[in-house]
Amino acid sequence: MDQNIPQVIQTVPLQYYVFFAAALFSIGVLGVLTRRNAIIIFMCVELMLNAVNVLLTAFSAYRADPNGQVFVFFIMAVAAAEVAVGLAIIVMIYRNLQNTDVNLLNRLKF
Amino acid sequence: MNSIILLSVLGLGNLFLGFRRSNRLLLPVMMLILGVVLTVNFIDWNQGAQSFFNGMLTIDNFSVAFTGIVLLTALVLVPFSQKYVLDGEANLAEYYSLLLFSLVGAIMLVSYNHLLMLFLGIEILSVAMYVLAGSDKRNLRSNEAALKYFLMGAFFTGILLFGMALLYGATGTFELSQISAAVQNPVNASLTPMLYIGMLLMLIGIGFKVSAAPFHFWTPDVYEGTPTFFAAFMSTVVKTAGFAAFLKLLVQAFPAASAQGIWLPTLTAMCVLTLLIGNVGAVAQTSIKRMLAYSSISHAGYLLIALVAYNGQLEGASANGILFYSLAYSVATVAAFGVVKLVADARMREDYNGLNGLAKTNPLLAFSLTVSMLSLAGIPLTGGFFGKFFIFSAAVENGYIGLVVFAVVMSMVSIYYYLRPIIAMYMRDAEDETTATPVPVTTFQSGALLLLAALTVLLGVLPGLVAGVL
Repeated sequence: MDQNIPQVIQTVPLQYYVFFAAALFSIGVLGVLTRRNAIIIFMCVELMLNAVNVLLTAFSAYRADPNGQVFVFFIMAVAAAEVAVGLAIIVMIYRNLQNTDVNLLNRLKF
Repeated sequence: MNSIILLSVLGLGNLFLGFRRSNRLLLPVMMLILGVVLTVNFIDWNQGAQSFFNGMLTIDNFSVAFTGIVLLTALVLVPFSQKYVLDGEANLAEYYSLLLFSLVGAIMLVSYNHLLMLFLGIEILSVAMYVLAGSDKRNLRSNEAALKYFLMGAFFTGILLFGMALLYGATGTFELSQISAAVQNPVNASLTPMLYIGMLLMLIGIGFKVSAAPFHFWTPDVYEGTPTFFAAFMSTVVKTAGFAAFLKLLVQAFPAASAQGIWLPTLTAMCVLTLLIGNVGAVAQTSIKRMLAYSSISHAGYLLIALVAYNGQLEGASANGILFYSLAYSVATVAAFGVVKLVADARMREDYNGLNGLAKTNPLLAFSLTVSMLSLAGIPLTGGFFGKFFIFSAAVENGYIGLVVFAVVMSMVSIYYYLRPIIAMYMRDAEDETTATPVPVTTFQSGALLLLAALTVLLGVLPGLVAGVL
């Protein structure tokens, strides 16, 4: 391999990355809006975050600017922290309700 | 910067106090920590702008002032956690440390200069709040609040990040000043649609955090289910820090006329909708906590007016307006939530009738709640009046007369629901045994309530103390 990674990334036109990331992001948004299981909603949120990571990496490689790629590391670290907290919350709810369906959560209404 | 380091270190140290069997030491230590950090924070006052982390954070008067509000709010709020001190089940050391860590996020939000710090600040603030929202582990309402806040928060963080990524693609930088330069002089004209979509997504992401309509729907549910002590923290600290961050973003990254063409109409629409939903929604509530949640939505609407009417500088009338309003709002809201929490803990109910006869049993609580309700309603001689006055006059100067007329009509509506607790306390008699017995109040709590009432009146009589500091 005499090519470095940014050059490999640049063999695909930038628009393709943007469309791909937008599609991935939209799938995530649709999943959050339509699914009823808390864990699947949570997975869809992770999909949205990964769409952001793809987009940042592509822009970063095209601009030869490391800022975007460093940002990706921060997103990964924060997403991991969020997973820890989120799964703990879901486990807490499962212990009380024996279920993770968000439709069961309707106590707070006016 | 000193306050960030101190809060992190002392927060970690605070965790070790959790090993002691008794919780009694925790509350005084927490107040001591917040008092020390509040004092240390003001060392940086008038020292000029100092940059940290290669210019990613900037500490200047703006950030010191907002950090001061946030820390002061936390300091006067902490005494109301007294119930946890006596509760063997509660992990008080952890709660306090999480509060200290989330304050670090708030400080990053008011002093960021780089979108990475904006993201980290929001996350540090929110992740701690997700945990605290669900801290009442066996209560299904608290569980539900935590899950709703968490899923919605993570979803809107995703939207905010996608906005940042598009913005990065269009401008090639995360630095606020460089974004501003790139927006004025687009690197590549074909990228502008991406720039505008990115900007709008970021507005949505931050609009969610400050509970601006139409992204407010989580607020009433989450505030109602979250333990009252933490709900008070959410509605004051998170909102103050969120609006400071919002103002920084608009003033430092998007001052260009082309960018204003996009965000001004968006924010104006959000502002009108927020005022309408917040005030009309609050009228229909029977639970005081839900009323306070809608009230916090409506105050987000008044603060949005200040963002719309901003005049181009962080030192301008708009920043001062937001600073004064946040302070008056935080002071009044902490007192309101504090009284509601004390009454709800003693009488086990959160509706208006639970307050019946409070003026006879606890004159101090009734007086304190009255002052804070009048301030939230914007009655003269309270801080809330001048908060609204400064924001409205800035908006009129910049030609937003229709918006101000609408906001004034909406604040007349708000008088209806702010007077209801006062009527219950002073005009109605106790219904039964529980409402006839006085609510227990500790010395720290009465001290905090007196301080808050004094501050509210002081801001209403001598607004010049805070009004022109920035």
